[in-house]
Amino acid sequence: MNENKTIKEREEEIVEEFSLFDTWEEKYEYIIDLGKKLEPLDDKYKVPGNIIKGCQSTVWLTSEFKDGKIYYKADSDAVIVKGLISMLIKVLSGNTPDEILGAKLDFLKDIGMMSHLAQTRSNGLLSMIKQIKNYALAYKSTDAIVK
Amino acid sequence: METTTTIKPTFDVNEIRKSFPILEREVNNQLMVYLDNAATSQKPQAVIDALNYYYSNYNANIHRGIHTLAEEATAAYEATRKTVKDFINAKSTDEIIFTRGTTEGVNLVAYTWGRKNISEGDEIIISGMEHHSNIVPWQILCEEKKAILKVIPISDEGELMMDDPIAIGYKKLLSSKTKLVSIVHVSNSLGTVNPVREIIDEAHKVGALVFVDGAQSTVHLDIDVQEMDCDFFAFSGHKVYGPTGVGVLYGKKKILEEMPVFMGGGEMIKEVTFEKTTFSELPYKYEAGTPNIADTIALKVALDFVTETKKDIIRNHENALLKYATEQISAIDGLRIIGTAKNKVSVISFVIKNIHPQDIGVLLDNQGIAVRTGHHCTQPLMARFGVPGTVRASFAMYNTKEEVDRLVVAIKKAIKMLT
Ligand SMILES: Cc1ncc(COP(=O)(O)O)c(C=O)c1O
Repeated sequence: MNENKTIKEREEEIVEEFSLFDTWEEKYEYIIDLGKKLEPLDDKYKVPGNIIKGCQSTVWLTSEFKDGKIYYKADSDAVIVKGLISMLIKVLSGNTPDEILGAKLDFLKDIGMMSHLAQTRSNGLLSMIKQIKNYALAYKSTDAIVK
Repeated sequence: METTTTIKPTFDVNEIRKSFPILEREVNNQLMVYLDNAATSQKPQAVIDALNYYYSNYNANIHRGIHTLAEEATAAYEATRKTVKDFINAKSTDEIIFTRGTTEGVNLVAYTWGRKNISEGDEIIISGMEHHSNIVPWQILCEEKKAILKVIPISDEGELMMDDPIAIGYKKLLSSKTKLVSIVHVSNSLGTVNPVREIIDEAHKVGALVFVDGAQSTVHLDIDVQEMDCDFFAFSGHKVYGPTGVGVLYGKKKILEEMPVFMGGGEMIKEVTFEKTTFSELPYKYEAGTPNIADTIALKVALDFVTETKKDIIRNHENALLKYATEQISAIDGLRIIGTAKNKVSVISFVIKNIHPQDIGVLLDNQGIAVRTGHHCTQPLMARFGVPGTVRASFAMYNTKEEVDRLVVAIKKAIKMLT
């Protein structure tokens, strides 16, 4: 993994990759491909408690807190959504709660996935980001208590 | 062109399209194909103009002022009531109540007639293909009154089971305990046209009333509430080429007279003292507060537009499109149409093997095509068919065979990209 790159650097990498695409087909083929390649989530994590609310498709998200960093895993029954969440995980996984909470995720606008709000809502991106950050917030506060 | 072989030549769809300015819009750099008409239809220029004209020329509160503008606005508002009465062939304008839409119509009846007439152990029958709007208000009522909600099962074709030898169909559900049957006329998810005449006759035999959800039927079918003999009928203006925010509840006069009021406020009162308030006559009894004057006035223009274009001619066109689209779409590999009732209008719902409906929807949007994906506010129905949702294309008078062709090409392209 791109373990030692910052969130910003990882975002830039994705934007760079997208800048090579001329058509919407190429963009979506890339996202679909990411979705297909995302490691399937173990069935034991596919429980109602891990389902992100507010998406048209079912999206499961789980996370692990190790050495002060959060590692996410996700799955979905819709492949484009899976590709989108795979990008989010690429960018955010392996960072500290503070880094994740502070991430602006401008790359989503730059690659045209946040272009119009309606689509954002129907593809569930906002709900996914919110849930990812909710985990970060939860780890941050439990971490503070432990310390 | 080949178009004229299946579509009646008396109907010039290209002429019709000129009346709908939005149809010139481009989405994702292509001329938009709007196939989400079951959610809401587009508006003809005349409707848009009516809204603009009202606010520019005679905006006033109705039924109150004696000044010229107030009288003009009141006359226009009441003219819509007359047009609605004719459009659904009610006996009297007293039976036409303006609402915000179908949802409010169902709730009005549930909260007034329902609260008064439903008690413990009574039964209300709905069907397995109802929109959430025609489920939730009855659920709330049943919970409050300890009444029982019964559900007519749906066949594999997407038809109501009326008289099935094994399943507990409609006729077996009916009994002297049944107080109300509330049924969708045309399913928004499947396009199925339900046999409301038969349903109503059977219900009346056991003394139950019938509410017909006409949200989808009013734009496609000829509605004659007297002939149908329903006790209530509701529809939304925005699905009949009219504005959002206005709808209609029809009720038989005698029933409406006996029902308690819904909301209290101005407009619906005769006399108010702090000791007691007496209420207005029908239909004002149910129209508390300043109503949605502009949209109600523009609804008349929408209904006139449909009547002048002629419903039977529109229906011929839509049915030809549905038939053509069904043939073309069902030929696609791995595609399964959900809802294959004998009697259908305007809607094709489908799923594709191993592909989530949402993925298809996103890729169609990128090709300038608007369809609906998801559960269409009918989650129990989706569960019945074991699908998370469907892709739904729904047609209106302005859709064309060329648009269906674009849809088919776009679906094939989406499938190719996804597999
Ligand atoms: C069958 C059916 N019933 C009720 C409704 C609710 O209509 P509205 O949202 O306009 O109140 C709809 C709209 O989608 C519908 O299709």
